[in-house]
Amino acid sequence: MDDAGLSTVLFAMIAGAIRVSTPFLFVSLGECLTEKSGRINLGLEGTLVFGAMSAYAISYETGSPWLGVLVAGFAGMMFGALHGYICKLPKVNDIAIGIALMLFGTGLAFFFGKAYIQPAAPRLPSIPLGWWSDNPQIRQVMDVNPLFLVGAVLAVAMWWAFKNTRLGLVVRTTGDSAPAALALGVNVNLVRFLATAAGGFLAGVGGSFLSLFYPGSWTEGLSSGQGLMAVALVIFSRWNPLACFGAALLFGAAGALGPALQSIGISRGYHFFNAAPYLMTLAIMILSISPKRSLKGAPGELSITK
Amino acid sequence: MADTAAPANGFALAETIDRFRRSSEFVVIPVLALIASGLLFSIFLLLVGKSPVEFFSLVWRGGFGTAFSWQNTLVRASPLILTALCVAIPARLGMTVIGGEGALVLGGFAAAAIAIPMTSWASPFVVMPVMFLAAAIAGAFWIGAVGWLRHYRGINETISSLLLFYIAVSILNFFVEGALRDPSDPNKPSTAPIGAENMIGPIPGTSVHWGLAAGIVACILVWILMNRTTFGFAARVTGGNVRAAQGQGLPVGRLVVISCALAGACAGLAGYFEVAAIHGKANASLIAGYGFTGILVSFLARHNPLAIVPVAILLGGIAASGGLVQRRMDLPDATVLVLQGLMFVVLLVSETMYGRLAIFKPKGA
Repeated sequence: MDDAGLSTVLFAMIAGAIRVSTPFLFVSLGECLTEKSGRINLGLEGTLVFGAMSAYAISYETGSPWLGVLVAGFAGMMFGALHGYICKLPKVNDIAIGIALMLFGTGLAFFFGKAYIQPAAPRLPSIPLGWWSDNPQIRQVMDVNPLFLVGAVLAVAMWWAFKNTRLGLVVRTTGDSAPAALALGVNVNLVRFLATAAGGFLAGVGGSFLSLFYPGSWTEGLSSGQGLMAVALVIFSRWNPLACFGAALLFGAAGALGPALQSIGISRGYHFFNAAPYLMTLAIMILSISPKRSLKGAPGELSITK
Repeated sequence: MADTAAPANGFALAETIDRFRRSSEFVVIPVLALIASGLLFSIFLLLVGKSPVEFFSLVWRGGFGTAFSWQNTLVRASPLILTALCVAIPARLGMTVIGGEGALVLGGFAAAAIAIPMTSWASPFVVMPVMFLAAAIAGAFWIGAVGWLRHYRGINETISSLLLFYIAVSILNFFVEGALRDPSDPNKPSTAPIGAENMIGPIPGTSVHWGLAAGIVACILVWILMNRTTFGFAARVTGGNVRAAQGQGLPVGRLVVISCALAGACAGLAGYFEVAAIHGKANASLIAGYGFTGILVSFLARHNPLAIVPVAILLGGIAASGGLVQRRMDLPDATVLVLQGLMFVVLLVSETMYGRLAIFKPKGA
């Protein structure tokens, strides 16, 4: 591989990190919030797919992609609220409910999305942040979607809020010890319900990015496990929203590896490079988790790490 | 004598009724959940302007109405039985494995990949068992790895098994579109055919392949293993409380890995039958969602291997009628997915009813 090829791959990966990472970022921030309150939502994969479908459909019907993003968020919130409500019932397993809602959400998205596979909906605009450079590659890389910036700000805001606000403390206490939260007069079920619903909202918005910006159309194979990889990503980031941001960038770059290599003519092993994000998730989990000690920063009430 | 005999009989009767009350709970609640999800789905159909009566009568006709539809149903039920076992066996140890689809894909691929170089010289009596073993071993290795990661590395089995599903799909695509692609097949990237002589025929008198029989036998064997052997007892103790099992000196790690490997072997065999009885080669048709429907089958059957067979037939019938429903009612093929998802959610919600309804409580004698 010569220098030009290498720099093309490098640029494509940076661009990919920014473009591909946005859904990871939103889903992982949503999951981070939900898990901080002591509950796990594996159904965000279904929420993501349903969000992508509803955003595309609304954008097509109304001509406003931003309305699509909003509707996707609210649809995601409905799924989150449903998950939060069901998990409140005694004897219900939150992991199994997540799997069920994942299948239900994807099924509903495919059901209603059938009509929207062909038509082209208006897409989200991007902000050209590369005006300062003459290099077309840099300009292309810096064509950033506003949602990416929103996600970045949100990550910092969540990180700050967990540390410094009363609300953050309430969520953290609920996640670490339900009895302690109860003693503080916190309504544990209500906090978890709201955190799950808010997490669903973010996942829905993440889905809208998939259909309205990149890849930018609605197909049934649009999300391939991004919602679930985000769960692993939260564990990897040790439930820290700032680390989620970094991890999302890393995953985005890994996801862009296959297409980037293909763009300079290396198509051999394309499918293995496509498997890179999954292999990386698995490798990261193997390296960062140990059965001998509990994870630093893990919410004490979380069923997945208990 | 007569005075004492009467209360004793009454006592035995009360005890029988009590036992019946307790065990019927595990049948009545899932059946009620199924009916409730059917009602909710009817409301859904009414909301999108379709007739629920027409839908369910089409499901009946397409899945169970005629001998032809029954055979179609049973063909679809057989991979569901095997992939449901892939969920049910680890569930006895308290694990939720959802990557059976990956083991199915890899098992089917391994069977085809090992058969193709052998077709030119080996007799079917050699090729068929080798394919069978290759599929079982590939699946066992795949899900066994999930168990190993769970016990020795502390990695959540739900997430790792799903990641491994995506990796299995990549492996299949890599070979099917690359080194093992059959250039004479212009339509769909596939491996070369395994040859008609290496295919499994139908059960005599039907069009249903032997995978159904294999699935039923596997369910009975797993039931015996889990309920009538020390291995099964140790597995259930582990599922009840890992610490207690370790305290008793049970080899928890070995139990976890062996159970997961058995589970994966079942799903791998589902892939073998898909290749050797239906497709005749490995390609992306293997990724048909049987592994994911199998999760629902296992949960509906409450992870009981014997209950898996009827539940798999029920869901196989719903899947078999999908085409008819699609054509007659102009509904998308995802309709079946919506119904399945709804059944799954309602079923899990119904878990909260256990032990709450007075009618199932033993009255005591």
